[in-house]
This record gives sequence, structure tokens and C-alpha cells, in this order.
Amino acid sequence: MATYTPTRPIEHLDHGQKPPVPPAGGGGDEGRRDGGPSYGARLRRARLGLICAIATVGMVFVSLTSALIVRRGLPTFDDASRTYFRDWGGVQLPWVLLAINTVILLISSLTMEGARRGLARRAALAPVQSIPGVSLGAERNFPWLGVTVILGFGFLVGQGMAWADLRSRGFFVNTNPDSSFIYLFTGAHAVHLAGGIIALLWAGITSLQHKPIEGRRIVVDVAAWYWHFMGVLWIYVFALLAFAR
Amino acid sequence: MATAATVHAHAPQGFIRKYIFSLDHKVIGIQYFFLAITAVFVGMFLSLLMRIHLVWPAATLPLVGEIKPETYLTLLTMHGTIMVFFVLTTAPQGGFGNYFLPIQIGAPDMAFPVLNMLSFWTTFLAFVCIIAAFFVSGGAPLHGWTGYPPLSALQSAGPGEGLGADLWITSIAIFCLASLMGALNFLTTTLDMRAKGMTMMRMPLTVWSWFITAILGLLAFGVLLSAGILLLMDRNLGTSFYVPLVVVNGQIMQHKGGSPLLWQHLFWFFGHPEVYIAILPGMGVTSQILSTFSRKPIFGYKAMVYAMLAIGFFGFMVWGHHMFMSGMSPYSAFAFSLLTMCIGVPSAIKTFNWLGTMYKARIRFQTPMLYAIGFVSLFVSGGLSGPFLAQPVLDIQLHDTYFVVGHFHLIMGVAAIFGMFAATYYWVPKMFGRMMNETWGRVHFFITLLGTYAIFMPMHYLGIAGGTRRYSQYTEVAYLTKLMPLHQFMTYAAIITIAAQFIFVVNLFWSMFKGPKASDNPWEATTLEWTTATPPPHDNFGGVTPVVYHGPYEYGVPGAAKDYVMQTDPVSVPAAH
Repeated sequence: MATYTPTRPIEHLDHGQKPPVPPAGGGGDEGRRDGGPSYGARLRRARLGLICAIATVGMVFVSLTSALIVRRGLPTFDDASRTYFRDWGGVQLPWVLLAINTVILLISSLTMEGARRGLARRAALAPVQSIPGVSLGAERNFPWLGVTVILGFGFLVGQGMAWADLRSRGFFVNTNPDSSFIYLFTGAHAVHLAGGIIALLWAGITSLQHKPIEGRRIVVDVAAWYWHFMGVLWIYVFALLAFAR
Repeated sequence: MATAATVHAHAPQGFIRKYIFSLDHKVIGIQYFFLAITAVFVGMFLSLLMRIHLVWPAATLPLVGEIKPETYLTLLTMHGTIMVFFVLTTAPQGGFGNYFLPIQIGAPDMAFPVLNMLSFWTTFLAFVCIIAAFFVSGGAPLHGWTGYPPLSALQSAGPGEGLGADLWITSIAIFCLASLMGALNFLTTTLDMRAKGMTMMRMPLTVWSWFITAILGLLAFGVLLSAGILLLMDRNLGTSFYVPLVVVNGQIMQHKGGSPLLWQHLFWFFGHPEVYIAILPGMGVTSQILSTFSRKPIFGYKAMVYAMLAIGFFGFMVWGHHMFMSGMSPYSAFAFSLLTMCIGVPSAIKTFNWLGTMYKARIRFQTPMLYAIGFVSLFVSGGLSGPFLAQPVLDIQLHDTYFVVGHFHLIMGVAAIFGMFAATYYWVPKMFGRMMNETWGRVHFFITLLGTYAIFMPMHYLGIAGGTRRYSQYTEVAYLTKLMPLHQFMTYAAIITIAAQFIFVVNLFWSMFKGPKASDNPWEATTLEWTTATPPPHDNFGGVTPVVYHGPYEYGVPGAAKDYVMQTDPVSVPAAH
């Protein structure tokens, strides 16, 4: 039988790229049973999804920043004097409290990293531990995850205290544009951080349910990178509020 | 590897898991599709009411009674919002993208099936939210689909600007979240779940279009979300991001110092990419269908990919051309104008490549092909008025006239809808296992094509003659009265065109249940969805992971036994004797 050779053989179609690694199997509804993607593939996908999520959150804060810059430069018309003036306002931030909150968040990033690495290690050793008769000894696991959640809540409480301090000095969300943006940025960051705490609590629940460690490791890994991003984002917000108002 | 039997056994059996809260991307795609069909009929009904009112302003209409000027603005607002978000964004990406992207890259599902389900139901919640705006005290908002403050930011600014406007903004915010979840899923799936051999440059152009659309959505919807939150704060917390010192009904409002232009910048930074979010999937499906029914490889595959990337890239830099009327600096206007015209280059590349694909081809004029050709026609007709509006000097004359209405309806509305029709006629056999009626498909096509041109082409002349848009009555001004015959013509055309859409609906539902059974590859196409069963099994490929050896459009291959090579055909295939 005559054979047809395609006009563009496969090896010339790569455009310098290696062919992608095929998915290990099925996915979808039954992704975690037979035919489901491998642990490595799931982790890679989750991290890729996180990069997309971070891009979106980044766009939210970029747009809020542009709003701040535009609004700060706008004069306001005074009906009484029929003149334009700057009404930006000047809010004295509770610097000490915010600095303490910053330290809490940075420490929580370290504990989060501890949780991520600890779980990665346990996930790597899980196949060895499953061999009958093999023991890794009495390994003590520091509750990094729990400490991170507590520190995360601590940060949110601290931010709440900062808001209370502003209110006690008469600065509400509608007092002036400066106070509006302070509440807006700190609130938006807090909402996103709360999302990270929910992810960590979810990881804790899965550990109580004795589900496979791989799934928990993926949740914690992604939550950890998100958490670090939240730390970086807070430093950005803090710097913005400190220097760009 | 899972066998077909085990995978089949894992398919959810219960009605709720299988059809309502399904994690299967195909079911979710169909859910999006029917949500969009529901939305398009709501939007179309609102436009019909508007067109009837414009011609017979004193008429009392069913369901709405007498149409007051503010009622007209409500119809206009809700028509635009529902059509842009719940039809043009939902059907091409959420519907067909969800169903066919995983199959076309050889994946068993989306990367995050639970997120996919959440994305659909969040979209549904947003739809419920916006429809609820009709039924609350004061009714739906009247600030237009662009929601410009101060009108949209003040609860006392008019009927519908109370709870109705809050529901409108909330609906948009929820829709943003849903779209972001969807975009994240599309990107991860495309980047990480392609079958072996499916390099980026072997992906069908449909996949490229959904991929680029997802990038646009990921970067654009976050900005709209931010803008919406600021608007909600202005409305409900007394802030002044967008609202300057303003007097409403003799009352000085508490706001001061805000800038309505800030909203316009944020909104259009989303709004212009949104145009491409609506049209890019149509470009993808048109490329796919033109190649398939011309029995020729797509002309300039790489150029098509780079053109779409360029369109997406430039799409983020031209938002200011929606704001020439706002007192923009001439230097800014010049920059926005120049960048806008740059988009004409990749758009022209695409058009020439589509024509090149059809050139000297033995075209199969079946309904999907007719709609794909219709897409090209509308894309050219609607696109050519773009460079006019890109000129600040001309735009200031034309901006608030029907010229703009005609332009964006042709390019963004009807062209995208034609892309959806093309996709529907092309993929329904795969989705539901039955062919649609060809004769009624053609009847539907010709009435719709002629009807849409009859509705929207006169709008350009109306605009050049100074016919203002957004007005509910044109009977009080002499020069506008003289344009009424044109309005009457457009209204009659609209009534006929809308009536013709029932042909489509009947054809769709009749074919789903009674149409002739479709084979696995009724169009003799090459991409992966045509290699699997009709309709595809739960895991898409019956436990088999496809391996790709060929590009997506290898038609008319010299020496081959048949005139096309499937993407999964082995490197050496039998030739004709």
C-alpha cells in the first residue's frame, strides 16, 4: 500500500518547543480516582491557577491605585466661596499599630512557609511510611498551620483596631477622600487575606477527615504562595498609604 | 490508564449531579448556552419595545403599558447590559468554550471542575440579580449599560436609581467574579492539559480565541469589579470617588470633589477589551468553519494567531477613544486615535486571510458556512466605520448619534451573534447527536442577514443626518421628524428579524429531539472533537488519551485517500491508489 507523507512532518512542527507532557489520565468529576491526574500534575495546575488569581488581584489593586492617584490630584469646587480647593484631607494613621500588624503578617508568612515545607516533606515521605515495618521515628510536628491561622486572625483584629482608632478620631469612610481610600485599601486587603484564612481552615478540615496528604499538601502549597503574596501586597498598600497620600 | 468502562462507571448518575450541579464541562457549557438563549430573548424583547415606542410613541404596550421617557431609558439600560454581559460574554466563551475547549485540546475536562460549576452558578445568580431589578420598588435603572455617574451614583437621581441600580451594580460585580473564575480555568486548562503532540501552534484557532479571550477577561474584569465597588460605596457609604458637588431636584448633595471621568476611565479600561471578549471567539469559530467548509487549510495560521494576540494587546490601550467627548487633552486623544487605528492592521490581516481561505475553494455552502461568511461580512461592514469614529474630530460630531449605535451593533453585537449562530449550527450535531434542519437553517440565515443590515445600516445615515441616540421620542423637533420614515423602516425590519429567530429556536429544539442522527464527523472536519463519539462520553474520549500528529486544518492534502487529515491520524496515512 502506498503511504502518504504529510506535507509538514511532526518533527518540524514543534517551532523549537518540546512537545507538551500529556496529562496522566482522566480528570473531571472523578479526578481523584483511577484515571485521575497525577499528584504532580494537580500541583502544577493549582499553582498555575494561583498565578492567574494573583494577576487578577493585582489588577484590582492597580485599578484602585490609579483611582487614588487621579482622585488625589482633583480640586474640589466650594459652593460658598465659588473657588476650587484641595479637599484631600489629612488622616494621621496609627503607625505603631500598623507596624505591629505588618510584623505579625511577616511572621505569619514565615510560619506559613514552615507549614508548606513540613507538609511537602511529609508528602514526600508518605510512600516510605506506608511500607510495613518502616518507621521514621517519633517525629514531632510543630503546628505551623494553626499558628499561621492565629497570626492571620491577629492581623485582621489588628486592622480592625486600626479602623476603630480612626473612627475614634472622627475619621469615617466618608469623612474625606483620604479616609475613604484608607478604608478602601485596608478593607480590600483584609477581604483577600480572609480568603487565605478560609483556605487554611479548609486544609485543616481535610487533615481532620484523614484524606490523602497529597490533596492537603496542594491546598497548603497554593495557600502558602497566596499568603506570601498577601504579605507583599500589604507592604505595597502600607507603602502607598505612607508615601503616596 | 482508566478504561472506557471504568470511566463510564464514574459518570454521575443522579439527576441533580448529572444535570444541575454537574462538574462535567459539557453539561456546564450547555447550561451557559441555554442561559444565554434565555437572556438573548429577554434582551431582544426589550429592544422590540424600544423600536415600537420610537415609531408609535403613544402606543400602550403589553407588560409595560405606556412607555415614559424614563421607562425608555430603563429598557435601553437593561437591553445593553443583558446583551453585553449575559449573551455576548456568556455564550461564546462560557457556552461553546466550556464545551469544546477541553475536547479540542484532548483533555478529559477543565482543570478545575468545581470552580467551573461555581462559575456557571455565579453567572446564573448575577442574571437573577439583574432580572430582579425589574421588580423592585422604582424598577430597573436608567443610567445606560455604561453606568455613568453622577446619574448612576445618586439614589435620588431618578426612578430606578434606588434599589434597582444597586441590584444592577451587584449583578455586574457578581458577573465579574464568575468571569474571573472562568478565565482562570480556561487559561490553566489550555496551558497545562493539552494532549501529547498538541503544541500551541497546533491548537485550533477556536482554542486560541478562547485562550486570548480568557487573558483579556482575567485582566479586565478585575478593573470593572474595582470600579463597581467604588460606585457602590459612593451610593451607599457617602464617599465621593465619582460624584462632584451636584444638585438634584434643587437639593445640594453631600458629595463633593469626585470625578465622573474616573469612572469612565476605569469602565472603558474594561469596556474596550470587553468588545474583544465578545468578538474574538466569533473570529475563532469563523476561522474553523471557513477552513472546514472551504476544504482548504486556513490561510496564514500563524498570522491569524499573532493577529488575535495583537488585537488583544492593543485592546487594552485604546479605552480613551470612548471618551473623546469628555474634554480629553488633544495629545491624549491623538495617542488613543493612533492606537485605535493600529487595531485595523491585525483586523485587516484576519479579513484577508478569511478571504484567502475561501479563494478558489470548492465551498460547501451549508448553514454553518453561511453564518461564518455572514460574520466576515458584518465584521467588515461594522469594522469600516471604526476608523471614522477613531478620529476625535469626527467622533465629536457622531458620538451621540445613531452612527455609533449602528457601528457597535454591527461589529460587536450582530457579528458576535453570527459567530454564535455559526457555532450552534456547526456544533449542535456533536453536542446533542442530531443534525439541525438545513433548509430552515438557510431560511433563518437569509432573513437574519438581510434583517440585521436593514436595521443597522440605516442607523449610519441617521447618525450622519444628526439623529441623536438615547432619546425616547423624535416627534418634537422638525429635523428629527423628517427622519421618522427611516425609523419606521428599521422598526419593521426589527419585527421581521426578531420573528425569524423563532425559526431558529424551533429548529434547535426540534432537531435536538427529532433531527436526523449525526455521525461522529458529519462535516468531515479534522479537530479532536470530531474524533470522539457523538455526543462525547463523560470523559470525552472514552478512556483513551488522544495523541496529536497534525495541525488543525490539514484539508485538501495532495495524494491522501480523503481530502482531510484528522489531527490524530498517524504520521503516515494511506494514500489514494
